[in-house]
Amino acid sequence: MKLREIAHARAGDKGNLINISLIAFDEADYPLLAEQVTAERVSELFAPLIVCPVERYCIPALGALNFVLRRAPTESVTRSLNLDAHGKGLSFVLLNMEVDIDRDGQAG
Amino acid sequence: MRSLRIGAGAGFAGDRIDPAVDLARDGNLDYLVFECLAERTVALAQLSKRQERSPGFDPLLRQRMEAVLSLCRKNGTRIVSNMGAANPRAAAQETVRIARELGLRGLRVAAVHGDDVLREVRRKVKLESGDLAQERLVSANAYLGADALLEALRSGADVVLTGRVADPSLFLAPMIFEFGWPLDDWNLLGQGTAVGHLLECAGQLTGGYFADPGYKDVPNLDTLGFPLAEVEESGIALLTKLEGSGGALSIRSCKEQILYEVQDPARYLTPDVTANFTGVRFEEIAANRLRVSGARGTARPPDLKVSVGFYEGFIADGQISYAGPGALRRAGLAHDILSSRLRWIPAADLQLSFIGVNAIHGEALSERGPETYEVRLRAAARRLSEPQARKLVQEMESLYVNGPAGGGGVSTWFRENIAMDATFLPRSSVAPSISYEVA
Repeated sequence: MKLREIAHARAGDKGNLINISLIAFDEADYPLLAEQVTAERVSELFAPLIVCPVERYCIPALGALNFVLRRAPTESVTRSLNLDAHGKGLSFVLLNMEVDIDRDGQAG
Repeated sequence: MRSLRIGAGAGFAGDRIDPAVDLARDGNLDYLVFECLAERTVALAQLSKRQERSPGFDPLLRQRMEAVLSLCRKNGTRIVSNMGAANPRAAAQETVRIARELGLRGLRVAAVHGDDVLREVRRKVKLESGDLAQERLVSANAYLGADALLEALRSGADVVLTGRVADPSLFLAPMIFEFGWPLDDWNLLGQGTAVGHLLECAGQLTGGYFADPGYKDVPNLDTLGFPLAEVEESGIALLTKLEGSGGALSIRSCKEQILYEVQDPARYLTPDVTANFTGVRFEEIAANRLRVSGARGTARPPDLKVSVGFYEGFIADGQISYAGPGALRRAGLAHDILSSRLRWIPAADLQLSFIGVNAIHGEALSERGPETYEVRLRAAARRLSEPQARKLVQEMESLYVNGPAGGGGVSTWFRENIAMDATFLPRSSVAPSISYEVA
């Protein structure tokens, strides 16, 4: 199943850093997110864009994770040539990630 | 003490004006705050002021003030905004002129100065991305905190205009002033900063930058209402929007916004406090009415962040479209022609992409579907001289006649680019001050 079915996300930028929050629609799914959407997997997913491993912050009270991606210094909103120089659309790359979930909503 | 009603009138320089007018008229507000200064906006304003192309304050200041000033005066609502940009004094003078035109005699406008630290930064040009040649520096603006606005509020100013001030601080200053919060009560300042951070992007809290049809539906985005907070002396706040306005203020939209542009949610740095958002709770009281509590804080950082603008040559952008059978193969041929003719541009400074295929997430992260019906080839390059920028534009235009069949809809632009970087300065080298104008 795609992450998009159980979580929502928002991307923000500061200089060459991009953060992507990942928030469980149902807070009961937070442990599944925390278990499966690891910093390693997200680093692998965004490998073409980043210069060092992704940092992950856990906010269980919000049922949320926050990922911080560091791009090259030349890749910030004021310098990047990308059509989406902010990286606002990157939240949907994360939401496209596959997670294992069985019928009763537990991690499989 | 009674609660304090603070509305968000703008979340960026080009934001809609009608939601602010609605708040000014019907919000029963004590304060209306306009956040209009993105990272680069202040550098562009400095440049335009220096080249005497404009006075250096927000180009929409007149339009905004004309729309809300009379309503705010009538309803006893004070205005706080960073629309002063590179020239808060001129912004205050302009606001006074507008007030006189509107017959608002006696209106007091304060201008907060001191964020311009170009001279200090010239002595210390080691930036996060490396050293910079002095001649490339355009601007350096320190992020001032809420404390820089307090004297203006104490003096009874109806309007407070600033340059670079941290976004949440624009909202925190009225809370500190009205409730008499001590400047070292870090938990209160942390909670107030959370409220300010939630409000600072205006419509992003009430359903903007949020809707995803079928997953996160939002009604009436065409009449999106901007948020307001009813803040208690404890810092706990009720977030809401005007009855009848579009959009939706929900726990989901609040969770997205509290983490927006945040790195470590336990250490959100502002000039006022190191805020901790990890304990934030949102409770839905009624539809579009939420209570926010639980943010905390620790001591403010010792240094101030400084946003530095510098020249980085010209950026040029050209695009051409192909549609119908073989669209992507024809665009691919145009791509190959361009990459040959633009080979004088270093690879790191040239980007060729296909809009509709890989221009947003890049080749590696984009999924390939069945062939797209239409596609737009885009060439973008940076760190060019002006003649080089013109050359790229010309190469794109020549694809009409010299490129693959059926190429149409060329558009091009180029501009001198001001890039931004950050550095830090000790607080002792930044000295905010205030001047006043009266209508």
